[in-house]
Amino acid sequence: MYLTKEEEKMLNSENESMRKSMEILIAVGKIFGAERFVEIKSAQISGVSYKNIGDAGLEWLESINARVKVKTLLNPAGMDLERYMEMGIDNEFYKKQMRIIKAFKKMGVKLSLTCTPYYICKPSFGDHLAWAESSAVIYANSVIGARTNRESGITALASAITGRTPLYGMHIKENRKPTIYVKAKKTEPAIAGLELGNVIKDEIPLIKFDFKLNDDQLKAFGAALASTSSLAIFHIENQTPEWKDFEKPKEKIEIDTDIVKKGCDPDLIAIGCPHLSANELIKIAHLIDRYGKVRRELWIFTSKHIKNRMLEIVKKIENSGAKVFTDTCIVVSPIADRFNCIMTNSGKALEYLPKLRAVNVVFANIEKCIRIACNGG
Amino acid sequence: MGFGTKAKIKIKGRIISKGYAEGEAIVSKKKISFLGDVDPKTGVVIDKNSDIYGESISGKVFIFPFGKGSTVGTYILLQMVKNGVNPKAIVNKKTDVVVASGAIIAEIPLIDEPERDIFEIIKTGDFVKVNAYEGWIEIERR
Repeated sequence: MYLTKEEEKMLNSENESMRKSMEILIAVGKIFGAERFVEIKSAQISGVSYKNIGDAGLEWLESINARVKVKTLLNPAGMDLERYMEMGIDNEFYKKQMRIIKAFKKMGVKLSLTCTPYYICKPSFGDHLAWAESSAVIYANSVIGARTNRESGITALASAITGRTPLYGMHIKENRKPTIYVKAKKTEPAIAGLELGNVIKDEIPLIKFDFKLNDDQLKAFGAALASTSSLAIFHIENQTPEWKDFEKPKEKIEIDTDIVKKGCDPDLIAIGCPHLSANELIKIAHLIDRYGKVRRELWIFTSKHIKNRMLEIVKKIENSGAKVFTDTCIVVSPIADRFNCIMTNSGKALEYLPKLRAVNVVFANIEKCIRIACNGG
Repeated sequence: MGFGTKAKIKIKGRIISKGYAEGEAIVSKKKISFLGDVDPKTGVVIDKNSDIYGESISGKVFIFPFGKGSTVGTYILLQMVKNGVNPKAIVNKKTDVVVASGAIIAEIPLIDEPERDIFEIIKTGDFVKVNAYEGWIEIERR
């Protein structure tokens, strides 16, 4: 792999964290056949929840003695940093989680604690990034036209410390080319994403929907797609920024998704995987207005950044009896363990909750989630 | 070419994580996830589907095709080092990011892409030297 003088210096640095970061990235470059590095505009690190990384991850993070070179954001933690008691988080978990947060803070990482970093620092078309959260990666590549591979928490941190990522995969235009053409019938985007990921595996899809998806629907679709596949990009005809740059794939398939309803009666309704946008919060406030008081546990997840911008709306939602949590989500927090059946509008949560938290799940769109939360049935 | 009593075979490979170690080989032909498949307290393989289920990789040269599964597996190698039950070295057919980063942060020598079929040549119990400064492994059948 070709190294610039500065990169050579980092590889031979006296700082062990810097040296190891470079060694990790060179190994990644070798594995994927990268010829050189590319400088990144920002990094986004996953593996923040103590529930996921445990003591092994915590101790490693605490051992790092380096500061990040580029703007670096952080995925959700295992709890709301302020309202953890309300979530039923115990003291031991709280202490460990805070040590993780502190370790990142020491490195100069912004404590954004969100899976939607693009609401805080939106990349530009063509920017090279090293992001780890799969739903953010697929959004950045597909909807924004920035370039990032699906990094692990460790490679993203190594990139943050060095300001570099190996040039391979999604960083190279040719590798972003669609290889399969998909016709999707009118459907819930989250469910279409899950289904498509199961069907196409690693083919990059160019999708023709029979309606135009808004940004929130693109987010939901991509998050679901990235949870049932290892994809980092999709294209939508007449919509996403790069769809016209390539020839239309010859191979064609159709997906027709009917929602499988495995009836379970929810004791928690969870919305906000990925974290809600300002528009989605407004929509929820309107729906609660329409359906009245919230009678079941309704937990809503967003970033602190969005919450602070929308304090009035958040207050209105919370006055109805719902809870608006930040810094965490239903997938990475241990809280889901306490419930039997979770209703959600998230394809990603539908895929991961049964596997990671062993709970039953039932899908409903955002409108139905609020209706069930309010009417109780 | 057959093995004599003290036959040695040297195979070139690609350096992923620098270092040198030698020891008894433990060979698995299956991919492995360090998260969930190995007990980080003992170094024993606890995945029932593994061809080395119940055996320990602690203090051995661990030979397997490549890793699978969660990136949290990276940290497990480091935890095994702290518990003193880590493999001394790793040889992969073609390594993956999780195992490679784990080996680097835990300072376990790792070589991959050996020039010959290691699963034909190396058997569990063979004595293997891994030189991940120069990029070769040497096998001595016992």
